[in-house]
Amino acid sequence: MQFFWAFLVGGALCVIGQLLIDLTAMTPARILVLFVVSGVVLSALGWYPPLAKFAGAGATVPLLGFGHLLAQGVIAAVEQHGLLGALTGGFSAAAGGIAASLACGVIASLLARSKDQC
Amino acid sequence: MFFDRPPSVLGFAAVGGKRESEGPLADGFDLLETDTTFGEKSWERAESKMQAICADLAIQKSGTKVEQLDLLFAGDLENQCTASNYTLRNLDVPFAGLYNACATMAEGLALASCFVAGGLAQRTMALTSSHFCAAERQFRFPLEYGGKRTPTSQWTATASGGVVLGDAGGPPYVRAVTFGRVIDYGIRDINNMGAAMAPAAVSTLLTFFKDSGEKPEDFDRIFTGDLGMVGSALMEELCKREGVLLNNHEDCGLLLYDRGKQEVGAGGSGAGCSAAVLCSHILPRLREGKLRRVLFLATGALMSPTTTLQKESIPGVAHLVLLESEK
Amino acid sequence: MKLSKEEYDKLNQQVSPKSRLLTDCLWAFFVGGSICLVGEVLRVFYLSRGFILTDASALTSVTLVVLSAVLTSLGWYQKLASRAGAGTLVPITGFANAVVSPAIEYRVEGLVTGVGAKMFVIAGPVIVWGMLASIVWGVVYYFLRPMLGG
Repeated sequence: MQFFWAFLVGGALCVIGQLLIDLTAMTPARILVLFVVSGVVLSALGWYPPLAKFAGAGATVPLLGFGHLLAQGVIAAVEQHGLLGALTGGFSAAAGGIAASLACGVIASLLARSKDQC
Repeated sequence: MFFDRPPSVLGFAAVGGKRESEGPLADGFDLLETDTTFGEKSWERAESKMQAICADLAIQKSGTKVEQLDLLFAGDLENQCTASNYTLRNLDVPFAGLYNACATMAEGLALASCFVAGGLAQRTMALTSSHFCAAERQFRFPLEYGGKRTPTSQWTATASGGVVLGDAGGPPYVRAVTFGRVIDYGIRDINNMGAAMAPAAVSTLLTFFKDSGEKPEDFDRIFTGDLGMVGSALMEELCKREGVLLNNHEDCGLLLYDRGKQEVGAGGSGAGCSAAVLCSHILPRLREGKLRRVLFLATGALMSPTTTLQKESIPGVAHLVLLESEK
Repeated sequence: MKLSKEEYDKLNQQVSPKSRLLTDCLWAFFVGGSICLVGEVLRVFYLSRGFILTDASALTSVTLVVLSAVLTSLGWYQKLASRAGAGTLVPITGFANAVVSPAIEYRVEGLVTGVGAKMFVIAGPVIVWGMLASIVWGVVYYFLRPMLGG
């Protein structure tokens, strides 16, 4: 059942993104920024954690989950280090995904070549 | 501008890539390369190589020697027109670089004609190119980036076209040219360039009809360059509102690809698109006499990635060339 | 021409084809949902191997990032995305694609000035504004905490 909810919630969050693309003049970059910032806000308001518990990867894999990760990381860091945690919490929590992307990017740039789309 | 001594089109050539080889005009091309890198290590070099091949073919077919060319007008979509600049590095010809986006071929052809018709030069050449990959990385996203195209967006052709003109020779001939004014109707969506360019096309066309006293039915065809589906529909509608009915209008962006089978959005575009259609489809038919009088009206959207980010609207321009099969 | 800009804009909207909303959304739903499903399978797998919850989630993200990088390098991610739209944009795989694709594309401009400088040209704003939001939230949380009785 949890797999079903992951699929459903994840799919639904992507549909929200698709509606923003098709119905507004927003560029993909703006939509991604909106998703991440919304994730931070929703998580701060305490609305996102229940969804993450319920839908698992369906809530954490979309970029809203990235915002959620940042917000929760900041909470944990502030608990531990006080105000300094506001600066360190976000990056520490997101470090895995960003560092993996960065390393993959460098490796891919060495191995792969730009290809035509046809 | 009407020419009493119309310059003759001595030779022309069209070179294309993989998508173009799968399109309806494939037979008219002189060379189609399915490896769009053209054996080069960057897309910019690939475009330059393609343009150089096209220039060589056109010069060869015109029976002209390189040293006989008095002036060559060339342009492309890359920043600072580098594809043309680097092509001309290996071609020993006086060179004037141009940029009018997708209208560059008509601009080059018009200028090259003026120099010959005015007696300032005996042999001139117009040459343009565009490369899908070089244009994507400059104007949009990296090629591996996953993005969905909107239905109004156009596909930049990987193609090049070149025309050699002379003061004496056989058909076809350039009878008249009209240089267009920059027109901006406030379109901001860079994925809908056809809409940005259509008013410019109408403006130039109406100016030509007014100056010459001719009507659309005096021509076998009116070819626009790269308005695509949206721009073509807008242009015909705008003309209708001005009391001009276009029944013989075709668009290079719609001719180059088969929109039913190939995923090219609203049609082809790029400085090489109208040039390649001109050299693979229009000029051969004029030479054979299948077409007698044709208007070639190439349109360009004159934005840059910077102006787009600064939320400027897109100015358009269109230049017109009247081609005839008889002197 | 007699037409005003407003009239022309109206005409343009009549003529321009609209995105096919239903098809687009179905693609986004199924592809996006499937990516999350893969994520859930990975997460459950890592949990079953004895990783704690946060580590399992981080490992899931990393695995998806690597998968996305491989598909991007092969040029397949772009092909999928041309249909799936937001379905491939919104999941973390889309973030990885946005980092890896410029790295590949700008390799010809050098490892430092190309790959290094351009890698975050698309994904950069996400990090900048996401981080800023988290900093703001951190400061807010610090001052709210005593009031919450924490």
